[in-house]
Amino acid sequence: MSDHDHDHHGHHHPHDHDHSELSETELRVRALESILTEKGYVDPAALDVLIDLYEKKIGPRNGIRVVAKAWSDPAYHARLMKDATAAIAELDYSGRQGEHMVVVENTPEQHNMVVCTLCSCYPHPVLGLPPVWYKSAPYRSRAVSDPRGVLKDFGVTLPDTTKIRVWDSTAEIRYLVLPMRPEGTEGWSAEQLAELVTRDSMIGTGLPKQPGETA
Amino acid sequence: MDGAHDMGGAKGFGPVVPEPNEPVFHDDWERRAFALTVAMARPGGWNIDMSRFARENRPPEDYLSKSYFQIWLAGLETLMIERGLVTREEIEAGKVLSPPKPGVTPIAPNEVTPAIRRGAPTEREAKAPAMFAVGETVRMKDIHPVTHTRLPQYVRSHLGTIELNHGCHVFPDTNSLGKGEDPQWLYTVRFDGPELWGKDADPTLSVSVDAWESYLERV
Repeated sequence: MSDHDHDHHGHHHPHDHDHSELSETELRVRALESILTEKGYVDPAALDVLIDLYEKKIGPRNGIRVVAKAWSDPAYHARLMKDATAAIAELDYSGRQGEHMVVVENTPEQHNMVVCTLCSCYPHPVLGLPPVWYKSAPYRSRAVSDPRGVLKDFGVTLPDTTKIRVWDSTAEIRYLVLPMRPEGTEGWSAEQLAELVTRDSMIGTGLPKQPGETA
Repeated sequence: MDGAHDMGGAKGFGPVVPEPNEPVFHDDWERRAFALTVAMARPGGWNIDMSRFARENRPPEDYLSKSYFQIWLAGLETLMIERGLVTREEIEAGKVLSPPKPGVTPIAPNEVTPAIRRGAPTEREAKAPAMFAVGETVRMKDIHPVTHTRLPQYVRSHLGTIELNHGCHVFPDTNSLGKGEDPQWLYTVRFDGPELWGKDADPTLSVSVDAWESYLERV
């Protein structure tokens, strides 16, 4: 049960590894679904569609396409920086938790990082549902006060002179980081460039892979 | 409310622990709790600000000891009980004990994808000109509502600079109470690290929040 063992909220408390509590939650959710179904409030088939959407169609591969296109198509890059919601919709990504998009671009002078200190706001249409660490207390508390320390947790060290710009998503504006295109990729196609883009590089807790780092 | 959810700048939570190859959900109950919450919003008749408040409005020890989707589940239960859709007794018994609330229509499978693709934009037409201009210095108000707000504690009373104007957006503080959308100008306000965290703070750091006009005051 390795997937069940880790700390879902990102900080330690005595219940984390208590399997009976997990079962209790599981039973509670099952019972609730059957109550709501019996009362005619939900159609379980609609839940299946929702889950399939978030597990198979909405995820970081969408954001990767956006970034790779921005790196390889200067006109698209310009449209993305001017009106991110519209430019992302050109690639057919839109909707819930991405209604109002802003793209923030990393430069040699400034590195951007996105957080939601109050809950878990995250640009779903381009990145999917947020990872556990993004919703966790350690990230939400420290991203705004010690972002360099957070970057170290991800194995990333930036030059002391690089400005760190943190965007706390406290409203319905959703931020996507446009990482810097790695050097040595001149003439690469969007498909090749996409291999270098990571999810974390679009949140600002990581950097893109370098040419030669891809499997 | 000044609750445990308002975590910006809090100390002692330890390192961030990324999980390699993390799945979207870690258990089947997480899938169902997430989907139930999303699918119940329309039939239940609540908005996103009401759901956020239902999740955060709990004792700190409860908020901090529940996993993320356990908080979602607890929030969903609260929202449904408040509206008479289910009773606490039904949830505890795990079975139906009372007739359904009339007139509640579930989301059909073929409605799901279009609804998600549409989302729920919060921008509204402006009724008055913006009070603040990009580049202007503002002070964040020192307010402590006991109800829902999106003004985090760590920026209150601090001086920032208006960096972006996003147009007029639904105001969560009233929308969460069912008191109307009260659309207001929404700005990205940027703060220097030392303004927020003191003179020893990283001078290369700046942090922004998105703040509605009524959170700001002129300096």
